Amino acid sequence: MESPFIEEVLSITLLSLRVSGLAVLIGALAGVPIGTILGFKRFRGKRTLMRLMDVALRSFVNTLMGLPPVVVGLVVYLLLSSSGPLGPLRLLYTPTAMILTQLIMVTPIIIGVTMSAVGGVEESIREKALSLGASNWQATWMVLREARMGLLTAIIVAFGAAISEVGGIMMAGGNIRWFTRTLTTAIVTEVELGNFALAISLGIILLTMAFAINLLLTIMQLRGVRG
Amino acid sequence: MSKPKILIAVLIIAIFATGMLIYEQQFLLKPVVMLATTTSTYDSGLLDYLMPKFETKHDTRVRIISAGTGQAMEIAQRGDCDLVLVHCRDLELGFVNGGHGIRRIGIMYNDFVIIGPMSDPAGIRGSSNATEAFAKIARGGGRGDAIFISRADKSGTHMLELSIWKRLGMDPSNKSWASWYLAAGAGMGAVLRMANEKGAYALTDRGTWLSFKSQLANMAVLVQGDKILLNPYAIILVNPERHPHRNYNGAIALAKFMISEEGQGLIANFTKGGERPFMPIARNLELAEALGFPNQRDELSWYDARPQ
Repeated sequence: MESPFIEEVLSITLLSLRVSGLAVLIGALAGVPIGTILGFKRFRGKRTLMRLMDVALRSFVNTLMGLPPVVVGLVVYLLLSSSGPLGPLRLLYTPTAMILTQLIMVTPIIIGVTMSAVGGVEESIREKALSLGASNWQATWMVLREARMGLLTAIIVAFGAAISEVGGIMMAGGNIRWFTRTLTTAIVTEVELGNFALAISLGIILLTMAFAINLLLTIMQLRGVRG
Repeated sequence: MSKPKILIAVLIIAIFATGMLIYEQQFLLKPVVMLATTTSTYDSGLLDYLMPKFETKHDTRVRIISAGTGQAMEIAQRGDCDLVLVHCRDLELGFVNGGHGIRRIGIMYNDFVIIGPMSDPAGIRGSSNATEAFAKIARGGGRGDAIFISRADKSGTHMLELSIWKRLGMDPSNKSWASWYLAAGAGMGAVLRMANEKGAYALTDRGTWLSFKSQLANMAVLVQGDKILLNPYAIILVNPERHPHRNYNGAIALAKFMISEEGQGLIANFTKGGERPFMPIARNLELAEALGFPNQRDELSWYDARPQ
């Protein structure tokens, strides 16, 4: 194997990590707070209207968790296209466009899982903390600590969805060699070219990488339970 | 985790994200030419062979989007690329007449062939009449002997296939064809592999056939040499008046490179599977005119008159 080949595989792998990693990071920064707010049972008032709103909102988030990536990619494409509303930003066919696509995809996942994780924490913990003189922030922090397993699950699920995604980044990134080609889109290209052996090798790299990252997250998760 | 730890984590994330953004900027330093092209050209490897030579010469980066001709035109129409390299005369002329593109010029050609299983149940082997071969395949399909796989993706290859059915007064979207006419909605390579698995007929450009031949044990070229199977490729620049922000000069430079003596020579010498899939036509005026570029002479002198 000559070195330009290795260089290309390395750049493809790094781009995959970069795009999906950043999408999940930014998605977590936005999604965890939103999921926490939605997860608190403050919408469960006695009034029917409030309850209805709560159910509708939760169903909406859960629906977004299943957004088809290729639809997200198409919407991002149309937004960023020169003829689209955000055309002047010149972001189409760049890694940034791919991060944006995956961000839209993973944020609802993080919100949804966070929501159920926070919702699963006994309400009494928050009340107890408040009654012991904790501030609102401190009480929220207590709940998040209790929900940390679920929060890590949110990250793991979101990262898994992002790193394996192909349709969306293909549309928004254009699968340009040396620039927006990721492991998944490279696999599609190599299959199209009939290079099955290479495609499978790329698939193994993808799986190995996903395993390494999940191993790290799972260790964090397990240590969190004990600590 | 305590509060300072969170602050540190947020800080690390922020530094990471900023670093990424700065890293991104380095790509903006070199001028970029965005070329939308067809999968058949891209998959042949021709552009991976040509573009590095252009890039070093002009200190420019060429970014290639590979899509079906229809999609490539749509990308160009929206102003998301600087020029297109495509092969479908009707779509090209529509694109130019609609004011989306200018300076259409013939670059090269190859040809299409009809491939099928060695056993050839429809009996088309050796014919040089593509229309007649299609009629035979349709009859074979009706009998339940033959299968035809269509790209069905609005690519140049698909458009040619449709025009041949049209000559016969036949309509592939006819529901009674569903048993033997498979609309794959896939790229050329995928269709060739499907044809090999199913023992089916397909229309393919010779370049992709040559790249895949070694993987298609059961298939052979059955029909070739018909004039309607010639496959000329054109370059069209995205109209700078419609999309003033596009890299018009970069597009001209790339087109000039493709039609230059050097570029045409490189195209002629490109080999794939021991054969030369593309024949240059930019400077062969007679051939270019015969292949559907009536203004080749004018366009060529226009490009040649542009400063380097």
